[in-house]
Formats: sequence, structure tokens, C-alpha cells
Amino acid sequence: MSGGSRSTDVIVIGGGIHGCSTALHCALRGLAVILIEKDHAGRHASGVNAGGVRQLARHVAEIPLSNTSMALWHRIGSLVDDDCGFTSDGQVLVAEDEEDLGNCRARVDDLTLRGFHHEELIDSAELRRLVPAVSDACPGGVVSRRDGAAIPLRATQAFKRKAAERGADIREGVRVTRVSRDGANWRVETDDGPFFAPRIVNAAGAWADRIAADLGEPVPLEVIAPMLMITAAMPAFIKPVVILRKRKLSFKQFPNGTVLIGGGYLGRAIRDENRTVLDWGKLATNAKTVWDLFPIMRGAPIARAWAGIEARMPDDLPVFGRSARHEGVYHQFGFSAHGFQLGPGAGAVMAEIIATGSSNVPIDGLEISRFTNH
Amino acid sequence: MKTIAEIGLLAEQYDIAIVGAGPAGLSAAARAAELGLSVLLADENPAPGGQIYRAITTTPVTDRSVLGEDYWKGGALIARLERTDAVYAPGCTVWSVAPDEAGGFELGLSLGGQARLVAARQIILATGAQERPFPIPGWTLPGVMTAGAAQIVLKSSGLVPGGRTVIAGCGPLLYLLAGQLAAAGANIVAVLDTTPRRNWLAAIAAFPDFLRSPYLAKGLKLMTQARGKLPFRTGVTSLAAEGTDTVTGVKVTRGGATETIACDALLLHQGVIPGINLSNAAGCAQAFDAVQRCWTPTVDDWFASSIPGIAIAGDGAGIGGAESAALRGEIAALDAARRLGRLSEAERDEKAAPTRAGLARSLRGRRFLDLLYRPAEAFLAPPADETIVCRCEEVTAGQIRDTASRLGVTGPNQMKAFLRCGMGPCQGRLCGPTVVELIAQVHGVSPAETGYYRLRPPVKPITLGELAALPPTEFAVKAVVR
Repeated sequence: MSGGSRSTDVIVIGGGIHGCSTALHCALRGLAVILIEKDHAGRHASGVNAGGVRQLARHVAEIPLSNTSMALWHRIGSLVDDDCGFTSDGQVLVAEDEEDLGNCRARVDDLTLRGFHHEELIDSAELRRLVPAVSDACPGGVVSRRDGAAIPLRATQAFKRKAAERGADIREGVRVTRVSRDGANWRVETDDGPFFAPRIVNAAGAWADRIAADLGEPVPLEVIAPMLMITAAMPAFIKPVVILRKRKLSFKQFPNGTVLIGGGYLGRAIRDENRTVLDWGKLATNAKTVWDLFPIMRGAPIARAWAGIEARMPDDLPVFGRSARHEGVYHQFGFSAHGFQLGPGAGAVMAEIIATGSSNVPIDGLEISRFTNH
Repeated sequence: MKTIAEIGLLAEQYDIAIVGAGPAGLSAAARAAELGLSVLLADENPAPGGQIYRAITTTPVTDRSVLGEDYWKGGALIARLERTDAVYAPGCTVWSVAPDEAGGFELGLSLGGQARLVAARQIILATGAQERPFPIPGWTLPGVMTAGAAQIVLKSSGLVPGGRTVIAGCGPLLYLLAGQLAAAGANIVAVLDTTPRRNWLAAIAAFPDFLRSPYLAKGLKLMTQARGKLPFRTGVTSLAAEGTDTVTGVKVTRGGATETIACDALLLHQGVIPGINLSNAAGCAQAFDAVQRCWTPTVDDWFASSIPGIAIAGDGAGIGGAESAALRGEIAALDAARRLGRLSEAERDEKAAPTRAGLARSLRGRRFLDLLYRPAEAFLAPPADETIVCRCEEVTAGQIRDTASRLGVTGPNQMKAFLRCGMGPCQGRLCGPTVVELIAQVHGVSPAETGYYRLRPPVKPITLGELAALPPTEFAVKAVVR
């Protein structure tokens, strides 16, 4: 396990889908990579999220990364030799009333002006064609037809396996304790001894603020625990993933019939113990939304509920790109409960920036300097 | 004792909530209530007794010799509880136990189709044992069930399987069940004993203790009775249920020779293991017990778990049998009363002393049984690839082995992502121990290193409708008002 070199071209800290994707893409570009993960790849947010592969309703600052990622999702099997359970039946944002639909229209118009055409306004008839089980009261919505869902831990592990196959040295169960400058290198201290590289990527998720603080770039990262529930298998009744605007909901049925219910209600995260505590009061509200929208679900047995530990930034946007202070330091964290879809593309863009110094994919608005400069 | 039939009648908070009304839960509830604490005893069965004393107050079996004299001992535990002020909620499932904001616990309960959150300052989990999963080819055929399931039907309804019945497996309960079913009129055509012969070598060192144990006389009586009357076959090394729509026979390998025994019912039993789903989901630390070959919550001398305020009494904290379960319930209740300030440490110790002596006596000889009846490797990790391991998601032993080796999956939590085993309604109750053994075998490590599922509430399913209608707790109401 602990054989191999301790000096390398790039050290990636964190084995979530972002760290694993960045490690893979660095390896594909011929860089020597060591990835250091304190638990196992995908143990936290990347392994236990809702698995939504969604371009729909993203902040404009994220859309270029999201588009890059979606292209990779649609050829994920050839990239990582595993289909990652990816299915593409679209995602639908359901408008609950006319006012809601008006906001949808304004959003789609705005995207069109910016040159993005992946979101499409739909009327009541198209909504019912796509989501026959939805309550009759809903007047329409927005669809992103290339969206879908995948299996989070499986996808993360596929990236890890492929990265390892391409020569990345994956060290799971190794905890980074400190990061510091050491001549031309960065010294990454761990409970398994030090590692050295001229470039490091901070992809440590809910623990990334500690790395950033070590580097003199403290960030206002909030540790959150978004909750999810899944039901026992139901007869097939819905193909696309459904989300809402006014109320929190993410809703989808898997091919095996089970139905996933989420949307970002938060439990309590105890990050130093890798543990979360659920808030059943909020899950009850989550269940009430489904009760209202999908009458077919009222008798469904809930089989499990859980929460993952994630990082949220105050503006709900990730920190992505170069350090504002140091040469050779790159940040890739704070995905604020919507980073899974971005993983494949963000890794590709990050590796491009590391290897070539820049990327054609714009990442304006995501820099760490938005927190560290004032 | 106050029996509650409607969830709205429960109080907002109790000093102690006890989950499970078997011997451990009954005696813990009685002791805690006798000490003046407010007690909620929640149990998913319609009547008290747990598995061992199941249906003792309602069973149609009136001939006392059928179920044996030990069964009827449960009556005294219930009579004792009836004299207290404890609140007893039958038909009430506990689907979540989690810390609350006030330093106590929040329990998610469901009763009569309605859910509710109730607070408790201390928790005692007395969730008992479950039968060890025993996957063989064909075990999902109609007509195949566990021996324990047959016993439930016998105790609660007075029924035995119809037609030719085969019982297979190992462990002292196998002989007890075979004897009970025969006494109740079952047509037992074979008792197939899978106890590995070499287990005697390991067990023999523990034999002197066993000679002085309460098990000896009972065990010898059971064995001689069962062996004298029933068609025993020992040294069974492989089993497969046969049939297309229903079981029609069982293929048996003994001493290298294979034969098929025709039957209409096949009862499987490979001993019992702690039921850990609730304690695991509540976050209590678990360790692999290499002797009993199962996962067991880590508890101290007072049966306190790794989470302060949660104790685990009875077989849910390690298999010790009914008598020891009742004593462990007492001890756990005394310590909970101490934590609540009702008893001083000295008072607790003094009251516990005689119970501890009884406990030591009741557990004497246990190790011999554990070593002797440790299941054979072939039944812990099924060798036939087509054997279904996870019944909820129909995952086979072959798929698990393949995923562990080809995709490098090192533990059961990762296995979930690839095969969904352990993600069905039973949440790993039926596949967990086997999945762990299979992964450990593939990687050549111990089950302890492989780890177990991290389980998630609701530990028992509730419906979306029940959850949507969950009344807000006092705390949530205040939070909204602010």
C-alpha cells in the first residue's frame, strides 16, 4: 500500500468524484499523480448524493463547466470503462403555479440571450407527457433533455479505478495533517508520512477549508448534511428526474422501481466523526411535498434515509481554479450540494489548467479570491 | 402497567424508552418503573414475550409439554411488569433513535398507521436475536423457511408445517425446535445436522465449564429425546433445496455421498445472532465476535453502548439466552437509573450484585456451545455461485465474489453501490453477515477488517403518508414561532 514514490508531479487531496476525476485527467495528460484520501474514495458527498446529472437550473457561472461535464457523461463508459449507472431521461423543473411558470419563462429567455439552449420551456401537455403522474394542478415547467442520473459511489469508484489504471497512485485511508511550502515543492504531511509535489489540488470537500487555512487562504466554508430518502420498489411511473423551484424537491425513480426523494433539506453534520444526524421534522416536510405532487406515492414505504457530509459556500457556488496566493496550488471544493454532475468535466478542466496553464472553458466567478480578497 | 393502543396517547417525553418486550426489555422496564422512573416499553409484536416467550399470553397451544417448561417461565416477567406504572405500547415499531437537541434522544415511532416523535432521556435497546441467514441454493422457494419462523407459527397459531418436513442446520435451538414441532404433530422425516465434526476439537477445552452449566442437563435431555425419536443424519456438508414452484426435496451431501430427500417443507436454522439493525443505525459501535462469528455492539459491564445514554441488553448485545437476557435487562436499567440520578453508584452496585452472580451462572458453559455450534465455512460463505444471498434485490454469491475481486470492492458499504445488496426493505438483516463473509473470503482478510453495513433509519419501514403527516414536535413548533 505505502510503496512507490513520495515525490510526484501533482498531489490531489481528496478522493471524491472531483479528486478522482482530476487525478484521472492529470494521468491522461502524462502527469504523475498521487491522490490522498482519508477514508475511501466516494465515502462522503460523492458516494451518497442523489446522483442527479443535471444541467437544468444551474447558476450561469457554472454552466460552462456543467456543459463540459455533460459531454463526458454521455460517453462515460468509454472514459472510465463503466457506465456508472448513467441513464439520460431528462430532468424536469415542475412549475407549481402560473407565477412559478412565469419565472421559468424568464429564466429560459435569459439563457437564450446568453447563448445556452439546453433548457426548454414546456407547457402543461408536454409536462404531462413527460411526467404523467404529476398533480393536475401544475401548469408546465422546464426540461433539460440530456440530463439524467447515475449511481454516485459507483461513478466515483470508476474514476478512481481508471485513474489507478492510468498510473495514478491512489492512497486511501491516509489523512493529510498539514500542507506547507518546501523549496520548490509543496510538502503534504500525512499520518503515513510526507509527500512532495510542485503542484497540489485541494479537493477535500467538507474538509477543504482546513487545507485552505493551512495555505493562508481561509474560506467561509459551511459543513452541511443534505438528507435523502428512498422508498421500496414501486411500479414504474416516472422516467425524468423532477425538481421544484419554490419548494425543495429532487425526485426520481430508478430502473429497479425505488424512488429517491431529496432536495437539500439539511440534517446535522458531525464532520470529525464522519457522522450525520437526520432531522425527521424536515424529512416530513419533504414527504409532504411528494404527497402533494405525486398522489401515487402516498402509500409508498420509506426504506432508508441518510445524509452525506458536504461543503457549502455562502454564495452556493464552488471554489474552482488557482490559488490567489500561491503558485502550484489549485482549489476544487465547495460544490454546495450540486457537484456530482460537475465532477467529470471539472476534473478535465482542472487537469488542463494544471498541464497547460489555462483552459478555454470559462470559470469566471468561481475563484477563491472572491472570499480571500476582502 | 398501562397499555397504549393509540399513538396520540403517548407522553412527549419519558425518562427511559425501552425497545423490545422480550425477557431483557420486560425486566428492564419492570426494574426501571419500580425505581419510580417514567418508562415507555415499545414492542412491534401484538403481545409481550419477544421470540422466546412469543404469544405466551395468547397462544392456543395448551398442552404445556409441547413448548417445554422453559417457555412458560416468561409469565412471571410479564406479571411483574403488570404491577408497575410502565407504559407498554404493543404493535409499535421504533424506526429511528437519534440524539436530540436537549442531550437526550428522539425516537421515531409508528403505531396503528400513525407516526410520532417522542423524547427519552435514556434508551435501552432490547431488540434480541435473529436467526443467522443460511443461504443455500433454492432457499427462496416456497416451502423453505427458517426453523424460527415455523416456531413463531406454532407458538402464535398452534400450527405445524404440513407434509414431510426436513429440518437442517446446527445449534442447540435446532434440537429444541425439532422436538417442539414433533411434539406438536409435525411429520419430521429428517434432521440434517451440519455441525462440523472438527468443532469438537475447538470446543473440548471449554467442556469443563459446560459440565457445571445449567445447559448441560437441559441439553442432554434435548439431545437424547430428539435423537431417540427423530431421524438424525450428522456430518452434512452441503445442502440444496430442489423444486420449481415449491420445494420438493433437499439434496444432501454427507461423507462425499449425495442423496435427495423428498419433502414438502424445509426448515433451515444455523443458530442465532444479535439483531443489530437499530443499534447500528443509532450509531453504536459494533465489533466482530470471532467466536460467535457475528457482529455485536460494543458494551461495557453495565451494557452501556459507545453512545452515552444508549444501553443494549439481552441477545441484541450478544447471544446469551433468555435467562441471561432478563438479568442483563435488570443491570442495564439500574445503570440507567444511576445516570438519571435516581440511584447513587453505590446503590446501583449493591442492587446489581445478586443479579451479576446469577448472570455469571447463566452464562457458564456458553463458550462451549458457541465453539461447538459454530457454522461451517460452506454455510457462512455459500460456495455455489447461483445461491441468492440478498433476497430483497436477488443478488447471488457469484455476483458478490465477482464484484469483490474484479472491481476491487473491499467492504459491504461499497458493495451496495454496485449490487444494491443490503439496500432493500430488510436493510441487510438477511444478507449482511453473508456478504461480509464472502468479501472477507475473496480478499483473504477477516470479517472484522471487512466491516459491516452502515445502516440507516428508518430501521423499520414507514409509509411516505405516515411521515408526511408526522406531527411537529414541541421543539419544531417553537423553532417556527421564533
